[in-house]
Order: sequence, then C-alpha cells, then structure tokens
Amino acid sequence: MKHLRQLEDQSVYILREAYKHFDNLAMLWSMGKDSTVLLWLARKAFFGHVPFPLLHVDTSYKIPAMIEYRDRLAREWHLNLVVGQNKDALAAGMNHTLGRVTCCTALKTNGLKQLLEQKGYTGVILGVRADEEGTRAKERYFSPRDKHGDWDFRDQPPELWDQFKTTFPPGTHIRIHPLLDWTEINIWEYIKLENIPFIDLYLNKGDGTRYRSLGCAPCTTPIKSTASTVDDIIEELRHTTVAERSGRAQDEGRGMELLRKDGYM
Amino acid sequence: MSTATSSEHLNIVIVGHVDHGKSTLLGRLYADTGSLPDGKLEKVQAICRQQGKEFEYAFLFDAFLEEQEQGITIDTARTFFNWKGRQYIIIDAPGHKEFLKNMISGAARAEAALLLIDALEGVKEQSKKHGYLLSLLGVRQFAVVVNKMDLVGYRQDVFEGIEKEYREFLAQFGANPERIIPVSAKLGDNIANRSQAMAWYQGPTVLDALSAFKKEMVRSEQPLRFPVQDVYKFDARRILAGRITAGRLKIGDHLVFSPSNKRANIRTIEAFNIEPVLTSGEAGQSVGITLDEQIFVERGEIATHQERLPLVSTAFKANLFWLGKRPLEEGRRYLLRVVTKEVECEVAAIHRIIDTMDLSQQQGSKTVIRNQVAELTLRAKAPIAFDLSSSFEATGRFVLVDDYDIAGGGIVTEMIRDDQEVLREEARRRDFAWVKGEVGIEERAQQYGHRAAIVLITGGRHTGKSFLAKKLEARLVADGRHAYLLDGENLRRGLDADLAEGQRGQTMEMARRYGEVARLLADTGLIVVSTTNPFGLDYAEAAQSIKTLVHPTPVIAIHMSKLPEEPPANADIVFSGPADFDAATRRILDELKRRGVLAQAIGAKPTFQYSI
Ligand SMILES: Nc1nc2c(ncn2[C@@H]2O[C@H](COP(=O)(O)OP(=O)(O)O)[C@@H](O)[C@H]2O)c(=O)[nH]1
Ligand SMILES: [Mg+2]
Repeated sequence: MKHLRQLEDQSVYILREAYKHFDNLAMLWSMGKDSTVLLWLARKAFFGHVPFPLLHVDTSYKIPAMIEYRDRLAREWHLNLVVGQNKDALAAGMNHTLGRVTCCTALKTNGLKQLLEQKGYTGVILGVRADEEGTRAKERYFSPRDKHGDWDFRDQPPELWDQFKTTFPPGTHIRIHPLLDWTEINIWEYIKLENIPFIDLYLNKGDGTRYRSLGCAPCTTPIKSTASTVDDIIEELRHTTVAERSGRAQDEGRGMELLRKDGYM
Repeated sequence: MSTATSSEHLNIVIVGHVDHGKSTLLGRLYADTGSLPDGKLEKVQAICRQQGKEFEYAFLFDAFLEEQEQGITIDTARTFFNWKGRQYIIIDAPGHKEFLKNMISGAARAEAALLLIDALEGVKEQSKKHGYLLSLLGVRQFAVVVNKMDLVGYRQDVFEGIEKEYREFLAQFGANPERIIPVSAKLGDNIANRSQAMAWYQGPTVLDALSAFKKEMVRSEQPLRFPVQDVYKFDARRILAGRITAGRLKIGDHLVFSPSNKRANIRTIEAFNIEPVLTSGEAGQSVGITLDEQIFVERGEIATHQERLPLVSTAFKANLFWLGKRPLEEGRRYLLRVVTKEVECEVAAIHRIIDTMDLSQQQGSKTVIRNQVAELTLRAKAPIAFDLSSSFEATGRFVLVDDYDIAGGGIVTEMIRDDQEVLREEARRRDFAWVKGEVGIEERAQQYGHRAAIVLITGGRHTGKSFLAKKLEARLVADGRHAYLLDGENLRRGLDADLAEGQRGQTMEMARRYGEVARLLADTGLIVVSTTNPFGLDYAEAAQSIKTLVHPTPVIAIHMSKLPEEPPANADIVFSGPADFDAATRRILDELKRRGVLAQAIGAKPTFQYSI
C-alpha cells in the first residue's frame, strides 16, 4: 500500500503543477481504467473538485456501456465534460476497415487536435503509462507538442527533480503525464484501495472473457479470463506474461511509434 | 511478469559511457530473471534474423526505429521490474554526450544508480562525467559495474586496474560506490547468475546489488521543509497545498513561512477520501493544510518550524551544470526556480569551470557552454528561502530557465550575505514578536476595498517625484481609497531630529526609520505613497532598505528621470523625459490593479484574484 501512496503523491504533485501553470488546461478521459484513476487523482489533488474540463474524443465506435458510465460519473462528480468528434471524417465514412492507423489518426489523433485547436487548450493531461509500450516508456511528465501537435522525441526537454517544462512558445502545447510511473497492476491495486467505480467490461461475467484494455469496439478484443473481481484481476496480472495491449490492433508493427509521433495519445 | 507482491518502489538509473553495455545489461537482467513479456525475446530475435543483423539485448528497450538503426539509446526508457517484493523502475540512460540532458533527466529521479565501465576501453570521458554528475544530482547510492569482462579474458588484474583508477577519481569529490562488480552483460556473467569464469570474484551479482540498495527514509527525520505549491479556495476551506520535502508536520504545529515571516498554526490536514481524518504528514507526501489564521501566503514560500528556519538571501553560490542550447553568460538574467519559488535572477559571477575529465578548474570564463559544470554566484531579484544542499536535498537545489526551457540545474553550496542581512534579521525578529489585534488583513482589505501597498518613487533631483506623489495620493483618495503621502521631510524634523545631517551612516539610519514607519502604516491597511527625496543621491540604497523592512507588503517601485538613464534594478515602472503626470498616475493605478492591490471595481466589495 505504501508504494501506491508514493505513486499517488507524485501524481498529485504533477497535477497541482499543471493546474498552477496552465490557464487553459484539460484532462483527457477515455473512461478506461487508467484515465479514470487519473480523474480520481485529480479529485485527490483538488480535494474533491475537478477544476478543469474532461475531454472525451468520441470515435462513435465506443462500446455503449462506456458512454453510459461516462454520463453517470459526469453527473455524480459534477464534471465539466467536453465531447469532441471528427464529424467530417465520420461523414466521409471513416472506419477501421480503411486501415487501423488511418482510422486512429483520423478519429482519435485528428479528433483530439481539432478539439485542442477549437478550445485553445495549452495543457492536456493524459493517463499514459510507461509500461504500456516502448515509446511511452520514453515520455516526460511534461512533454511539449509543436504547432502541429507533433512529438519531437529526439529532442525532449530536460526534467530535473520535480521541475517540469511549464513554459512554451505560443501555438504549441504541453502533454502532461501524471501516470508514467504506474504499472497495470498498480492501477488495479489503487482501484481496489480507493474503491474507484470502473466499467464492468473489465470483469468476466460468466463467459470466461473480459477486456483488459478498452478502445473502440471493432479494434479491441476481450481476453480469455476468469477474473470476476478486482482481486482476481490483480492475481491474474501477477502471473501473466502476456502484454497488456496484446488485444489492441494499433500496436502491431511500428503502429504506435508512427501514431504517437503525430500526436496520438 | 514476476509473481512477487511489491510493497516498495525504487528508482534506479543505469549510466556510463556510450557503448559500454547499459542497454545490454538491462535486457539481460530482464531475460535472466524471466521478466520479459511472453514472446518479446523471440519477436525481437525474429526481427533481427529477418533483417539479417545480429540480435542485441539492447533492442528490447531501444524502442525507436532510429535507436535500433543506429544502435544507440537516444532517450531514457522507464522499465519496470519486480524482484523480491520490490518494484524497480529502471531507467536506461543514454551514454552519448549529445544526449546528456536525457541522462540527467533520468538520473535526477533515481534513488540509486549502476554505472557501467567497459573493461576493454577502460574509464572514458562520460564514465567520469556521469560519476561526477551523479554526485551533483544527489544520487549517493551506486554500484560500479565493469562490463565486457569476456573481452579481457575475465582477468582480475584488468578489473583491479579499473577499480583503482575509478575509485581515485571518485574520491576527489567524496563519492564512494557501494560495490564494484565484474560482469559480462552479453554473456550473462554476474548479472542474475554468478559467473563460472570469474572464480576470483566473491562479491554480489548485479541483481544482488539492486536488492541491497536502500530506500531513503531519513528525510522524515530532518527538520520540516514544506514549500507551498498553491493556495486553493474551491469551497469554504482555504487550503495550502504542497509536498513535504523534509521532516514532519501535524495539527497544532506552529509554522513560520519564509521569506515573508508570516506565522500561523495548522488547524487541519485536508485530504479526499481518506479515513480516518489525517492528523500528520511526512516527507514525500503531497498534502493540504488549513491554518488557524487567514494570513497571506504565496506559492514559493517555505513553511518550517521556528527552531530550524531556512536561509533567506538574494544571493548564493552554487555548482551548476548547463544544458542550454545557448551558453550561460555572466550578467544575463534567467528565471530561477527553487522547489516552487520562481524569481528572476542574474548570474553575478562565474568563478570557475570544472572539467569533469580531471576535475581541473579553469578561471576567467564569462560563459558556461552546454554540458559544462561551473561554480557561480546567482543573485535573485527578491529574497528567497533556501537551504544548503549539504543539509537539505530538495530545498538546496535549483534550476535555471532560459527562454522556454529548463537549461541548467545545480546545488546551493553557500549562502552569500547581502547588504540587507541586518535589516532582514530586524524585520524577522520584529514580525515574530508582532502583537496583533483582532482585525486581520483580510477584514481590513474587505472594508477598505483594497490591500495595503507601498508606492515608492525614486529618482534624481527635480524630476517631479513629489509632484507625482501628491497627484497620486489625491487621485486615490478621490477614488475612495485609503491612501497617505509619507514625505521623508516630515520625519526629518521629528523622528530623525537626533540624527546629524549629511553623513552617510545617518542616511542609512534615516532609511531604516522611514522603512519602519512605512511598515506600520501598511499594517493599518493604507496605500502609502512615498518618495525618497530626503536621501538625495543615495536613493537606490535607501529604497532597497525600505523594501526589505516592509516585506512582504507589495512595493510598486517607480523611477523618474529627466533624461533616459539606467534605472535602478527592480524598478516596476520607469518614466523618463518630460513627465505627463496624469498619464503617469493612470499607469500607476493600472499597476496597482495588476498586482491585485486594487479590486477592479470601485465601491463593490473586492474579490481579489490572488489568494491569501
Ligand atoms: N563482448 C561483449 N559485448 C558487449 C557486452 N555488453 C554489451 N556488449 C556490446 O556492446 C555494444 C553496445 O552495447 P549497448 O548495450 O548498446 O551499450 P550502451 O550504449 O551502453 O547502452 C553492443 O554491441 C553490445 O552487444 C559484453 O558484456 N561483452
Ligand atoms: Mg543504450
């Protein structure tokens, strides 16, 4: 438990730095376990309040239960929810059969970019974790994006002690990653410790499958699992040697490096 | 991954010269402890076969295409590793000197380090630089790993030669490795498994060395350091938020905030979804507290107990490493950050550049270029609270921001007593003993519709200082503000009647008395409009003394001159040439609004933007 509190202390510190330094700040919320823990940490940092909007980039292909859950928490926790969608791409018929990277770029990356541009957010908080995949392992807590939202991983700013990059030229923005040091197990341990409400798609409900990672319905497949409680999940993760995102199609090949360089979360 | 339940976290960084085998060691450590995800090893091996290149353990974590193509690590990767009940975050730092800033970012968050040296190549430039920087960054626990022993026939004499040379280098700045371990990362000798090829070595493996690193807990036993990160007023509670960097605090504790010298007791410790209610906090924790009194405290102040106050000054000596794209220059201004305090500073002097190859020193340089280490003096625009890094880690270090980027970091080695030291001490003693009435500053501000402030007008003779001061006072009062013109002449014949005229020492004593009177008036909630007329040409020094004594009341420093001239440092507004007094008055009113002294609307009860 102590190690969870250590992670919490660091994430809370980062969130408070973000809130102090960015006038136009927002947090991305995909309703998945990570970004929901992130949202919970914001409530920790600001003593029950969430003093910035939560952005959901809706691809329209999300599992319906996720939208219900989103709207319920938004109501109960008094969240300022902002939903964005790349309507033009959808109207033009964008879907995953046109290519996964193409679809993710259009609906998620570009959907996000449109939303950021429209609202002029200069700081965006995201729940990415370093243990998810290789390029995320190399992220900074405060990671600048240029005018096009691109990530220059060749030249990342130094991050010393608890001093972060909080100043940036006009037109650019900063991605803030308070969960970098958390692992998948830590997330579940914390959900249990704090009793955080989560979507039950993560649990096996009798058919011997559950989702380990949630994305769009067509591109996320459930895994075989009998885990039907948080404890079961934690136990399962302790023994598994299968990568978390093995059910996510975008990670194939160099998909993630290409996506993230262009500003994917 | 590993089946162990973790109860503790430890951040480890792997450093050393490029190609000495850091990424290989990391990959091997994971492979030999069964910590890689299923199929990862096979997948990378297959890609290598397909591309017709030899498999490298380093490819497991060098995720970027470019890294694999060039066979180097460009940026640090955080990797996660569970072993014997501990969760390690291991950071593989790049060894190439071009990426030193990435190595430093990785090392700055580490609690312990592995420093690799290639047995065949021996101690190289970056081996030394990294060793030196670990010490500068405060990473005191580390093990030296002599790698590629297979390339030197596993010979003990080669190992001992490197050990001797490197220990001698480290000893020059008092660094002492916990262990020196001979290994072959590529072949797996002494990584997770004991080597068959080096029977002469009885010490721990790399994995053993990791387990032996200790989690640093001593910070909680130190005196309290609680730098204020922010002040929140989301609901009825006014919460001071921050991370305790040393020591402990508990409900009822009497806190002193430096450099403002404000004091109050902790009323509650606030938290969300924590049962039972917290009554104390300790180093490392991000907490929120409320106070029994509504005092004005800002981000950047350091709360401590009264017995062990931090240092307060405008200047200190430091050891700094520079990462900026353009060189650090003597005389230039940078943004200084000490924990949560941000203040403009100037590089007052560069004393010497330290060559990390042989620790030789070079004097007389006016610039510090990228990747150099230097000893220098920084002078801040306003007094700040800090510590020496030899006694406190977090409050004893700083970064410099150039333009938009963190461009350098360093540790404070010595406080420099500035000429305000005596007055600052007087103010501190006086504030600690100040007897307060029932009425707080917040209530006064609510009643008056503004906060207290000092408008201090400096300048040479006949520049219109008095005229502007009178105009400003009249305008403020006409607007319904509580303002008062404090003219130095009025003290001269009364309060200063015992002082002989014209002597320098006396001028400074006049400034001291003037400052104390201004402090009193500010405490009544007034906007004090004042000129430095009686101080003649010593106005700059007098103004500084007055500022020190009235601190932390906001001082708006106005400078007037007939011809364009170099204004005193720290002037907020400069008027030069023939003055348009109405425009000048408006400009000062705007500044008072900007600083939150005047609420925006007259008549209405003020809601101030800044927190108190
Ligand atoms: N013979 C031998 N080669 C090694 C050993 N460790 C690393 N290497 C090789 O040294 C080269 C550089 O290794 P790498 O891990 O990329 O070095 P880094 O720059 O310190 O991360 C690679 O070709 C490795 O295969 C070792 O113990 N023995
Ligand atoms: Mg490497």
